[in-house]
Amino acid sequence: MELILVNLIDGLVTGLLLFMLSAGLTLIFSMMGVLNFAHASFYMLGAYFAYQISLFLGFWMGLLIAPVIVGLLGALVERYGLRRVHQYGHVPELIFTFGLALLIEELVQFIWGKDQMPYTVPEILQFSAFSIAGNAIPAYKVFMIFISVGIFIGLLFVLTRTRVGMVIQAALSYPRTVEALGHNVPLVFMGVFGVGTALAGVAGVIAGPVLSTFPGMAVVLGSIVFVTIVIGGLGSLSGALVASLLIGWITTFAKAYTLRMEDFLSWIGFHKPVDMSESLLRDVWTLTSPQVADILPYLLMVLILVFRPYGLFGKRDA
Amino acid sequence: MTDTTLHSSQPRLITLGGALPWLIGSLFLLVMPQVFTSNSAITIMNQMAITIVFALSYNMLLGQGGMLSFGHAVYMGMGGFMCVHFMNYIEDYSLPIPLPVLPIFGGLFGMGVAMIIGSFSTRKAGTIFAMISLGVGELIAACSVIIVAFFGGEEGVSGDRTMGPPVFGIEFLHQIEVYYLTAFWLVLSALLMYLFSRTPVGRMANAVRDNPERAEFLGYSSRWVRFFSFVAAGFFAGIAGGLFAINYEIVTEENLNLVQSGSILLITFLGGVGFFFGPILGAIVFTLLQSVLSLQTEIWQLYLGLLFVATVMFFPGGLAGVIMMHTLPFRLGKARLLLRPYVKTLLPALIGLLGTAGGMEILYHLRHAALGENEMSLYWISFDSHSVLPIAICLLTAAGGFWLAKRNAPELADAWHEANTPNGGVA
Amino acid sequence: MRKSIKYGVSAALALSCIVSAAAAAENVKIAFIDPLSGPFASTGSNGLKQYEFAADELVNKNGGVLDGRKFEIVAFDNKVSPKESLIQLQVAIDQGIHYVVQGNSSGVANALTEAIEKHNRRNPDNRVLFLNYAAVDPVLTNDKCNFWHFRLDANSDIKMDALTDVIAQNPDIKKVYIIGQDYGFGKAVAAAAVSMLGEKRPDIEIVGNELHPIGKVKDFTPYARKVVSSGADAVITGNWGSDMLGLGKAVIENGFKGPIYTYYAAGSGITAAFGESGKGSIRLISEGQVNPPYSDRAKEVYDGFRARYPEGNIDMPRIFNTVDMLANAINEAGTADDVVAVAHALEGMTYESMWGGKVYIRPEDHQAIQDINVLVHTNEGITYDYDNSGYGVLLEHKVEMASADSPTTCKMKRP
Repeated sequence: MELILVNLIDGLVTGLLLFMLSAGLTLIFSMMGVLNFAHASFYMLGAYFAYQISLFLGFWMGLLIAPVIVGLLGALVERYGLRRVHQYGHVPELIFTFGLALLIEELVQFIWGKDQMPYTVPEILQFSAFSIAGNAIPAYKVFMIFISVGIFIGLLFVLTRTRVGMVIQAALSYPRTVEALGHNVPLVFMGVFGVGTALAGVAGVIAGPVLSTFPGMAVVLGSIVFVTIVIGGLGSLSGALVASLLIGWITTFAKAYTLRMEDFLSWIGFHKPVDMSESLLRDVWTLTSPQVADILPYLLMVLILVFRPYGLFGKRDA
Repeated sequence: MTDTTLHSSQPRLITLGGALPWLIGSLFLLVMPQVFTSNSAITIMNQMAITIVFALSYNMLLGQGGMLSFGHAVYMGMGGFMCVHFMNYIEDYSLPIPLPVLPIFGGLFGMGVAMIIGSFSTRKAGTIFAMISLGVGELIAACSVIIVAFFGGEEGVSGDRTMGPPVFGIEFLHQIEVYYLTAFWLVLSALLMYLFSRTPVGRMANAVRDNPERAEFLGYSSRWVRFFSFVAAGFFAGIAGGLFAINYEIVTEENLNLVQSGSILLITFLGGVGFFFGPILGAIVFTLLQSVLSLQTEIWQLYLGLLFVATVMFFPGGLAGVIMMHTLPFRLGKARLLLRPYVKTLLPALIGLLGTAGGMEILYHLRHAALGENEMSLYWISFDSHSVLPIAICLLTAAGGFWLAKRNAPELADAWHEANTPNGGVA
Repeated sequence: MRKSIKYGVSAALALSCIVSAAAAAENVKIAFIDPLSGPFASTGSNGLKQYEFAADELVNKNGGVLDGRKFEIVAFDNKVSPKESLIQLQVAIDQGIHYVVQGNSSGVANALTEAIEKHNRRNPDNRVLFLNYAAVDPVLTNDKCNFWHFRLDANSDIKMDALTDVIAQNPDIKKVYIIGQDYGFGKAVAAAAVSMLGEKRPDIEIVGNELHPIGKVKDFTPYARKVVSSGADAVITGNWGSDMLGLGKAVIENGFKGPIYTYYAAGSGITAAFGESGKGSIRLISEGQVNPPYSDRAKEVYDGFRARYPEGNIDMPRIFNTVDMLANAINEAGTADDVVAVAHALEGMTYESMWGGKVYIRPEDHQAIQDINVLVHTNEGITYDYDNSGYGVLLEHKVEMASADSPTTCKMKRP
C-alpha cells in the first residue's frame, strides 16, 4: 500500500517533467501547426547550459539564466530558420526540425564531447525530504514537483488572465481570424516558440542532474514527448497534462510491479507450450512488464491514432 | 494530373529518349567494376546500389505520395531478415532455390508487413501518418531485441550465401559476382518503380499528395491510393533488404531501427524528392560521404547535419532540384552566361567553406585531443593546433571567401535572371 | 594493394591508401575497427589511444618485431554498426592488413568473426586474424568459435565465475538482486549469475531478476525502489553506458547501501559522474590491476601514458597484453604475413602480464585465461584515477586464473 504511494509520487515527477516539455511543444503546434522535432534538443541544451553556468555561478543562477538563453536561441531558430522553411509547406518544416535535432546533438558533442557531464543536484537539496515505509523521497524530487506545478500555474495565469494569453488562446482556435484582426502574428509566433523552448530548457535544467546529462538525452526523451502530445490530442494543453501524467504513471507502475505475459496469456485462455525452445513465440511468453515499460507509450499512441485520431482531448485533426 | 496527361504520357514510354538514361545507367553499372576493381570499392558500390533501391522506395512515399514516414526501415529490415532466414533454410534443407531470386522473398515479406501496417496507417496522411510510422517503427525496433527467435537479438541473424545451387557455375564466392547480382536487381527495381510512377495509381498518388479532396471528387479513394503506394514501397524496401542480406550475409537490429529510418529520410531529401533520379543522387553522395569523409574527419556527422539543414532551408528541391534548375538556361542556350559568375561566386564560397571547416577542425582538436598532443594535420599540412596562426588563417580565409562571394552574388543573380529569360521576352 | 592504389574508391580513399602505404611499407599494420564517432566514440577513441601507446611503448621502442618491422595501428570508424564494420573490414583487407582488433559490442564482434571466417575460407591466400579485446559474449568462444578469433578479455561467464567466488566467501550477502539490459549480454549475465550462485551458495536468495529495455529508460527510480524494498544485500548488473550510470545513481540515491557489482562502471566519464556517491559501493569486475600498480613496469607505462594523454585512462590493461602477445607470436612464428603460423604461435601461449598474473590462451577455444579482479570505486589509495576525478578503482579481491578448467562447446576447425 505504501509502495503505491511512493510510486504515485515517482510517476508524478516523471509525468510533470514530461508535461513541461509537452506544454511548450503543444503550444507551438497549436500556433504554427508544426511538430517541433527538435524540442527535446532544446531540453538538452538547457541541461548543458545550466551545467556550464553552474561551474561558475552555481546551480541557482543556472536555473535562472539557462532557460533564457535557450528561449532566445529558440526564437532565433524560429525567426531565421522555421519562418524561411514555412513557405515550402508542412513536410519540409517537419524535416527541418528533424535535421535541427541532429545538428544540435552534433553541436553539443562538438562543444562538450561525448562523455557524461558531472552535473549534480545542489548540495542544499541533497537530503531526503521524507520517507514512506523506508523509501526515501529525495528533497530534489519535491523541488521538481514544486517547480513544475509553479510553471503550470504561471502558464495558466498568463494564458487566461493576460491580454497576450487571450491573443494566444484565440490563435489556438482561430489563427486566421486573429491575423485578420491585425495582431502581429509573426511576433506572437516567435514569442510562443521562444517561450516553448525556454520551458523545455527549464525541464532540462532540473532534469539534468537526476537523469544524467549526456548527448543522447534528447533522443531518449525526444520521441516520447511527441507521443505525449499525440495521445493528449494535438493542440490541447489539458490533454498534454493528462497524457503526461498518464504516461508517467503507466511507465512507473509497469516497472514497479512485475506483470507477466505468461499469466495474461493463460488468463485469456492460451496454454503454454511444454517445449518452449522450438516455439517462435517463446520470447513473447516470457515477457514481463518492466521489460516493455518504456515502450508501452508507443503502443498506446498507435492504438489511439487508429481508433481516435485526434487524441484524448484534441478537437482538430493533426 | 487529369486523364489527358495520363494518355499523353503513355506513348512516350518506349521512345529512345525515355530509354536512353536507362541504357546509359546500365552500361555505367557494367563498366564501373572494371574501373574500380578493389574489393572495398565494390563493397561500397554494392552499398550504394542497396541504398539507391531503398531511397527510391522511400521516395514513392515521400516524393510521389507526400507521406512522411519515420519508420520505413522496418520494411527493409523485415525483408532482410526473411531473406537471411531463407538462406539458412536453403542451407539446412538443401532447397534448390538459386540465390539470385532470393530478394523476391524479401520483397514479398516486406510487402506483407506493409499491407498489415498500411491497413490502418494510411487512413490519414500528414502528421497522423508520420506519427503512426514513428510509433510502429519504435515498437518493431523494440521487438527486434526482445523476440530473439526471429530477429536473433543484438547479434542478428547470419547466413551463408554460397550454400545454394550454383547459377551457371557461379557460387557467389566473390564480391564482384554479388555486385552484378545487385546491379541487376537495382536496374530491375528502379525500372519497375519508374513504371509504377507512370501507372494510373502512381499518377493518382501525386494527385492525392497535392490535393486529396479534389482526388476524392474525381472518384478516387485517396486512402486506397495511399495504401497501394505504401504497399508497393514496402515491396521494394523488402527487395533492398534482401540485397542487403545477400551482400553482408548478416541482418541485425540496426537494419530496422529509427536511426536507419532517419537516415533514409535524410538521403532522399538531400538527393531531392521532386525528381525520380533525386534519391539516386542522394544515395550515391551519402554513401561516399559516409565511407570517405568519415575516414578524413571525426566530425563528419556535424558537417552532414549542417549540409542537411542548409539543404532544407535553401534548396528544398535537393541536389536534383539544383541540377534541374539549369534545364531552362540550357534549353534557352544561355547556360554559358552563368559560367563566369558561378566561378566568381562559388569558388570564393567554397574557399570560405573550407576555411570554416578548417577552423572547426582546429577548434575540435583543441578541445578534445589529448593534452600535449598539439600536432594535427589538415589539408595535408601538419601544424600546431594550439598556436594562434593556423586558426587565424582559417578564419581569415573563411571571412575573405565569404566576403568575396557576397560581393559577387548580385552579379550571379543578374546572370541567373538573364539566363532564365528567353531572348526578346519580357521578364 | 597495388590495385587499390591504382583505382581506389575515390580520390580521397585512394589517397589515404597511398599515404599509408608509402609511409609504412614495412610496418605490421593492425586494423582497429571500433566506434570513433557517435554515442560510443569516447570508449572507442580511448581504446585507440591505448593501442597506439601500447604499440609505440611495447613494440616500436624496442625495435619492432622480426627484423625491425614496426607496429602501426590503422583506425577505422565502425560507428558500432555491424554493417559499417564489414565495410571497414573490407577496406582494411584491401590495404593488406592481416590483423584486426575490435571490442565494442558483441553484435559487431559476431558479425566480424563470421565475416572473417568466410573471407579466410574463400580467400586462402589473404587471410586475416581477429583479436577481440572486449566483446565478452561467451558464444564467441563456444558455439561460434573459429580458428581466426582470439579473445584476450575474459568472457562474461568467466567474470561471473570469479565474481560469484568472491560473493560466496562473503557471509554478509544473503540476498542478491540481478538487473540488466534486455538483450543477449544482459540475459547471459543474469543466467550465469543465477546458475553459479545456485551452485556455490544455494542459501543465497535471488530476490530479483529483471531486464529493462536497453537505452530507452529515462528514469530508473522505479527499478531502484524495487531493489531497495527487496532487501537485497548486493546488486549485480551488466549495464553499460548511460544505462549503467542511470541505474547506479538511482539505486544509490534511493538508499541502497550494499555493493553494486558491475562489468562496466569505470572510465568514459562514468567514474567522474559517480564521484563521491559511488564510493565504496560500486564494484568493477575486470582483469588487470591498476591500483595499486602491480609492477614497476606497469607504473612506468602508466606514467608514460599519462604524460602523453593527461586526460586518458588505462581502463583496458588487456590492450597492452594484446599488443605484446601479438608481437611475441609474430617473433616466434618468424613471419607477420602468414597468419596461420602466428595463430599457432598464439595458441597455448603463456604470457607474464605487467598488470599482474599470467595470461594463457587455451588452444581449444582461443579464450584467454587470466586473473580476474574485483575492484572497488574509491578515492583512497588510488595511484591512477580515472577521468581526472580523483576517483579510481582499487583492488579488493583477486581470483587467480579464473575458470581455467571451464568447459567449452567449441569444436575448432584448423586449416
